[in-house]
Amino acid sequence: MTASMRRLLFVLPLFLFAVLTGYFWLALESGRDPHDLPSAMIDKPAPAFSLAGIDGAAGLSRRQLGGGVVIVNFFASWCIPCRLEHPLLMDLGKRLDVPVYGIAWQDKADDATEFLKQLGDPYKRVGLDESGRVGINFGVYGVPETYVVDKEGRIRLRHVGPLTEEDVTKELAPLVKELGRS
Amino acid sequence: MRRVLAAAFACLAFAGVARAVEPDEMLSNPVLEARARAIGRELRCLVCQNESIDDSNATLAHDLRIILRERLVAGDTNQQAIQYIVDRYGQFVLLKPPVEPATYALWFGPAFLLLLAGAGTVFYLRRHRPGAADGPRPLDAEEEGRVAELLREGER
Repeated sequence: MTASMRRLLFVLPLFLFAVLTGYFWLALESGRDPHDLPSAMIDKPAPAFSLAGIDGAAGLSRRQLGGGVVIVNFFASWCIPCRLEHPLLMDLGKRLDVPVYGIAWQDKADDATEFLKQLGDPYKRVGLDESGRVGINFGVYGVPETYVVDKEGRIRLRHVGPLTEEDVTKELAPLVKELGRS
Repeated sequence: MRRVLAAAFACLAFAGVARAVEPDEMLSNPVLEARARAIGRELRCLVCQNESIDDSNATLAHDLRIILRERLVAGDTNQQAIQYIVDRYGQFVLLKPPVEPATYALWFGPAFLLLLAGAGTVFYLRRHRPGAADGPRPLDAEEEGRVAELLREGER
């Protein structure tokens, strides 16, 4: 073994350490939450469903999805983070010029009605998913979750957790604009 | 004292069997229920992420257990029932990742590293074995002659 090879061997652990450190540092800096997983439903057609409405209003079914870009927001009256994103939802439909539909996930009709009476109703239509089955077909882990469905009725985006202003301007708005054009 | 110890032992001994599966979820058909248990242990609860759906008390885990049983009752094979959930939640729900090109590093990486380290160790030990290549260089003819001369001088 030549001297230069030997020197290389000494530098190797240092090099590996630098690579790992760089990797960990990047992962930390990116602010990515490892609990956020890519949805298995992305680019797949939204599942078929037909849900009853609440408070005497018409319900929500698969027929309302597709034809144009729409946003589907899963919420529940018992869900605290949903209250956090609620003010943002109130004018989301007007801001992005798309219908925003709500699905009350694992909720009771009366509770969901009361929730929307208290905070205001941002949804064009609301479907009541009391058993949570429709949510499971969408791949919902928990509420709130927000989906963007394109003209062809395919799921194009899944957002986990409460929406923030940044999510809307950086994620939702550009996607809705792009999908609306194509 | 002995009774307390016995109770503590009993608690420990049965701790492993405690699962979140509720009696009202169970199927009356013991064969199907056993299959559901076997699958449930292999599926990840999406909410707690490090528990299986059989171990988790989360509502979503409860719902997935019910759905799993419905699929089995409907006549799905184990594979079909698992696929039904994978279709909705992705491969992440499998606590045991499948062997495929994307997971080769995961499955074979440790064995590869072990081989590499083993080879390195063998290589190192060979070189540093006492008296092996690294030892002092043997004397050449001229040096041998000089040693012999010096020894002769010493004897005189």
